Amino acid sequence: MKQLILTLATTLLMTTAQAEPTATGDLGLVIERAKGSVLLVDQSDRAALARIEGLGDLSHASLVYSPDERFAYVFGRDGGLTKVDIVTRQIVNRVVQAGNAIGGAISDDGKLVAVSNYEPGGVRVFDAETLEMVADIPTDSKTIGLVDAPGRRFVFTMWDTGETWIADFAKGDPAITKITDMGKNPYDALITANGRTYITGLFGEDGLTALDLWAETPEPIRVLPNYGRGQEEMPVYKMPHLEGWALTGREFVLPAVGHHEVLWIDSDTLTETGRTQTHGQPVFAMARPDGRQVWVNFAHPLNDTIQVIDSVSKEIIHEFKPGPAVLHIEFTPRGHEVWISVRDANKVMVYDTQTFEKLREIEADSPSGIFFTARAHRTGL
Amino acid sequence: MAKFGSRQSGGSRSLPDGAAKGPGWTARAVLTTAVLVATSAFAADTLDPNALKRLVHQDCGSCHGLSLKGGLGPDLRSETLEHYDADVLTGVILDGIPDTAMPPWRPLISEEEAEWIARYLLAQEAQ
Repeated sequence: MKQLILTLATTLLMTTAQAEPTATGDLGLVIERAKGSVLLVDQSDRAALARIEGLGDLSHASLVYSPDERFAYVFGRDGGLTKVDIVTRQIVNRVVQAGNAIGGAISDDGKLVAVSNYEPGGVRVFDAETLEMVADIPTDSKTIGLVDAPGRRFVFTMWDTGETWIADFAKGDPAITKITDMGKNPYDALITANGRTYITGLFGEDGLTALDLWAETPEPIRVLPNYGRGQEEMPVYKMPHLEGWALTGREFVLPAVGHHEVLWIDSDTLTETGRTQTHGQPVFAMARPDGRQVWVNFAHPLNDTIQVIDSVSKEIIHEFKPGPAVLHIEFTPRGHEVWISVRDANKVMVYDTQTFEKLREIEADSPSGIFFTARAHRTGL
Repeated sequence: MAKFGSRQSGGSRSLPDGAAKGPGWTARAVLTTAVLVATSAFAADTLDPNALKRLVHQDCGSCHGLSLKGGLGPDLRSETLEHYDADVLTGVILDGIPDTAMPPWRPLISEEEAEWIARYLLAQEAQ
């Protein structure tokens, strides 16, 4: 018997030693929103590898990665926070931390995972290892635009009260800085890749509001105060997302609210440098990682179309229809290919960004967000 | 603009093969044709429940949640809405609520479709 155990142990050890290690640098996860599953994909092979199920209500779900690109933290609409191991392709932990959640972030050191909640309104922060709650920050408001900032900080904004809070975890218990008067009904926010500028889009009034996080005491800076829904109030059938706010050279591009256009903003002066008329109300305006192109998708009922804008001429250079309900756009880290989720076609499409040729269709069940592991190394993603 | 009602057409159904020959054949053929014509005319205005359900869960759901439990917009489950008449809900769907994020859907859907959605929301099983 002893012999048998020894043999077994030796075999196990050998198996472990000889098993092909799983490199995760070119992997990603696709949210399957209706089924409550995620699809593990390989961007080099342009293929789906595995489906991981049991993540709850994933409508409007997003995720972040651990610094080693092994674990994904998936934020579900139902308040579920699920830790997925993409090496073993299993759920390793799951907590339902609130009734209704909208997104999350991971701290720069990878030790803390924060979730922003609609109900109960606020932010809850968890130990990334164990998913035990380490801080509960009620805000008395639906909380949106949660991002990580350098220095073990999280920044988030309140839809109902128009405040932005900075929670600093550098010394353990969070030190909270509250900035009031950010504007009426901020609907989403983002942080620039260098972690300096935090910007919220406003639904309830014109323009946007920026914060300089390098300032000793950040003050609200109004951006495009005369631009917004105000000139002619436009119905908005889907709130735009600001995550894709991207630097193209020295300009940012962002989706307008309600209007059929994207806006170009000088990143130094925060003044408008141009507008490009688009096919419909933009949802995502995503810059290719090199900044040369911006890919835009649209709100219902024009959500079957993608337009590609050249960031030098600001003109549309390509338009095509990937299929019904284009929900998300994710570039490979160097931008040579782009993955597009087409919800009602139950497919993810892969395109060459130079030739616009379709390279592959991958079956997926009501796919929405696509997240490649390279996000692990980017502030704000 | 996409309308959700006009896709299904009863007129595309195949002819019933019971058009047997014999006494009364002509009468039956005429009757069948009349029924088909009537069905087609009616079908042009018939709503497409599957397309409307998809609209409710996917597009209304982008604010109210795929399962309608609420999000940026409020909970739309029947137990939450039961205090409202279908007429009121239809009006909200068509004209939105000023000073909130609820847009008017009148540019995208017909009154009949809005009414169908209102009744659908009220009739949903409690979850």
